[in-house]
Amino acid sequence: MNRFWNYWIIVLTTVNVVAMLWLLYMTARKRPGDQAPGEATTGHTWDGDLSEYNNPLPRWWLWGFYFSIAFAVVYLALYPGLGNFAGRLGWTQESAWATDVRHASRESTARLAHFDSMELDELRENTEAMRTARNLFAANCAACHGTDAHGAKGFPNLTDHDWLHGGTAAAITTTLQQGRQGVMPAWGSILGAEGVEQVANYVLSLSGQTVSATLANAGADKFAQTCAACHGVEGRGNMALGSPNLTDNIWLYGGTVETIKETVAKGRTNRMPAHLALLGPTRIKLLTAYVLNLSQADHTPRPNDHDSTEETHHDAARSGQSSH
Amino acid sequence: MQQVERYNDRVVRQFALMTVVWGIVGMLVGVIIASQLLWPALNFDTPWFTYSRLRPLHTNAVIFAFGGSALFATSYYIVQRTCHVRLFAGRLAEFTFWGWQTIILAAAITLPLGLTTGKEYAELEWPIDILITIVWVSYAVVFFGTLAKRRVPHIYVANWFFAAYIITIAVLHLVNSAEIPAGPFKSYSVYPGVVDAMVQWWYGHNAVGFFLTAGFLGMMYYFIPKQTGRPIFSYRLSVVHFWALISLYMWAGPHHLIYSSLPDWVQSLGVVFSIMLIAPSWGGMINGIMTLSGAWHKLRTDPILKFLVVSLSFYGMSTFEGPMMSIKSVNALSHYTDWTIGHVHSGALGWVAMISVGSLYALIPRLYGKTRMYSIRAIDIHFWTTTIGIVLYVAAMWIAGLMQGLMWRAVNPDGTLTYTFVEALKATYPYYAVRVLGGVMVLGGMFLMAWNVWKTVAGCGHAEDAPVLAPAAH
Repeated sequence: MNRFWNYWIIVLTTVNVVAMLWLLYMTARKRPGDQAPGEATTGHTWDGDLSEYNNPLPRWWLWGFYFSIAFAVVYLALYPGLGNFAGRLGWTQESAWATDVRHASRESTARLAHFDSMELDELRENTEAMRTARNLFAANCAACHGTDAHGAKGFPNLTDHDWLHGGTAAAITTTLQQGRQGVMPAWGSILGAEGVEQVANYVLSLSGQTVSATLANAGADKFAQTCAACHGVEGRGNMALGSPNLTDNIWLYGGTVETIKETVAKGRTNRMPAHLALLGPTRIKLLTAYVLNLSQADHTPRPNDHDSTEETHHDAARSGQSSH
Repeated sequence: MQQVERYNDRVVRQFALMTVVWGIVGMLVGVIIASQLLWPALNFDTPWFTYSRLRPLHTNAVIFAFGGSALFATSYYIVQRTCHVRLFAGRLAEFTFWGWQTIILAAAITLPLGLTTGKEYAELEWPIDILITIVWVSYAVVFFGTLAKRRVPHIYVANWFFAAYIITIAVLHLVNSAEIPAGPFKSYSVYPGVVDAMVQWWYGHNAVGFFLTAGFLGMMYYFIPKQTGRPIFSYRLSVVHFWALISLYMWAGPHHLIYSSLPDWVQSLGVVFSIMLIAPSWGGMINGIMTLSGAWHKLRTDPILKFLVVSLSFYGMSTFEGPMMSIKSVNALSHYTDWTIGHVHSGALGWVAMISVGSLYALIPRLYGKTRMYSIRAIDIHFWTTTIGIVLYVAAMWIAGLMQGLMWRAVNPDGTLTYTFVEALKATYPYYAVRVLGGVMVLGGMFLMAWNVWKTVAGCGHAEDAPVLAPAAH
């Protein structure tokens, strides 16, 4: 701040504190003509019977007040407070925070260092590593994906075998490090209300739901024109684009006809934040191992966990259908 | 024969009765939102009943509707009695009553509709802000006009506090509500970023200091000596603590923004001035309690005095707790937890509500030409349910707050957090239930009060204004 405001603050603060000391001194000292405590009132009367004694200030209170002023003076000498004066300790909240973070991360990094040399499969078996990963998940991931990783509306379930961007170790690591953007455009104005209704019915029919056959049939052509580019001709999605498989009856936003109409008409925007800068490579590795364990408790990758061509995906989805 | 000059008690009666009504409304909304934290389904999936909209309705209703009406009633009553004159500008006083009630009604409609400035305790939108300004200036004219035509040379101590509260609230409201309208129900603050935050909490904390402290100290300085029949303990203590309180309070706002983007020096000033506030705040408590000293036996028979004494005890506790919570290392633990909610309610229920209720029990019979309330027993029951209710509420929030603060900061040796947020929330759940129980007890007491007031007032017919008392001869 400039010199004027600097002095403005210093002067105002000092004046108020000195005024307090003066006020205390003037009212606490004995004056000629003071009456003995509790002896007589000041002589003024209001509303018939209201009057005042003029007892001296209680000593403990007075000294308490002086003490709090002394505290303030010492505090302002040590810490920033008086304008530009930084205080004798040179303390700032930024430096205090940075020191804490440096200290804490040095300690925890040292504790995690031995995980660096371990392979993913080793980490997945390591109780200590998975305990730390579980805590990392709880602190960083659970807010969206849930403590049990079952997800919520708009937040994918991580315990099943359905992956938007791929379920391999490499894909999961990329998701964790760099985050993901999911964008489904809004088609409401292009398809019209009727078109949206038809497409929604067709989409539901892809996963074998009972729908109006007339509407679904009418929607098939429109699907081929507008949706197939991302979701594939058969609606099995495309992990390279992050477009969901529409045939497996697993829904990110909900599988009712109303929700699907909303998705088609208004589109969806979704974002998984990038975590590399926040967590560092070791913790990302631990979380990758943890997420792999969530969906593959038995350690055997399911066909769906792999990035796959649409052909193999097709068969896998068929055979895996019953488990969903 | 010359006509006898009478006090204007009509406006006092109006405000006094509305205090009871708004007390019930405000606390009922409080119980509802406390229950929503326990049973979220209670918002009935409507936008109007969501917690975020009802919470400002609760705070506005208890502070400005209940507390405000109590302050209007008692300040109008006290300034007439202690100046020995009829209230200045009777029509204007009447306007302050209807104006204030209109503001409250407007708040009760706009807040559930989601119309808000987003500034805590200053949520009302700009058209209502303008009405508040007009009513408040009228209030000042009535109050200071009455002071000016007083028939006693010395201004009674209660009036110092009322005067400070009226002037400061005017300044706070004007500065903090400076906003640019963007449509009939939408405005933007004129202050940018962190300056806006600082202005907001300069306002917010002084609303506590001047509305909820100075104003109610005015009430205390009349009703405690009146009810005990004893002189005030120390005139010079009044002088010191008055000037110290009003000058030091002005600086304390930044303690609401500790460890934020507010510059370090502002935060520090907020801390040290909060610490220096302990003694001036306690000055009022000492003056009140020492006035009672020597009349302790009256506590056995007079439940009104119980209300007044316990309110001072809560006042002393919360004005010590507040400065402690402003210390940076304590604040790092307490901030954003339910401890703050506990602190606020030990002040708002323990001090503000109890001193108001005690004062109203003393005031209402006098306004209707009675010597006492219809049922003294009911006052006693009200006292106990309220006291126990507040203790349950505050203790539950203290425990919950400390627990949350400790759980949020707990760290494992591997550097990970020990608890997830939801685990801390789950641990808080039982304390939310205790809070609802405490709130229900306090609200129940208010219903009992309403019944008691009804029984006292009903059948009075046309209540007569008391004749102005001649000043004592010197």
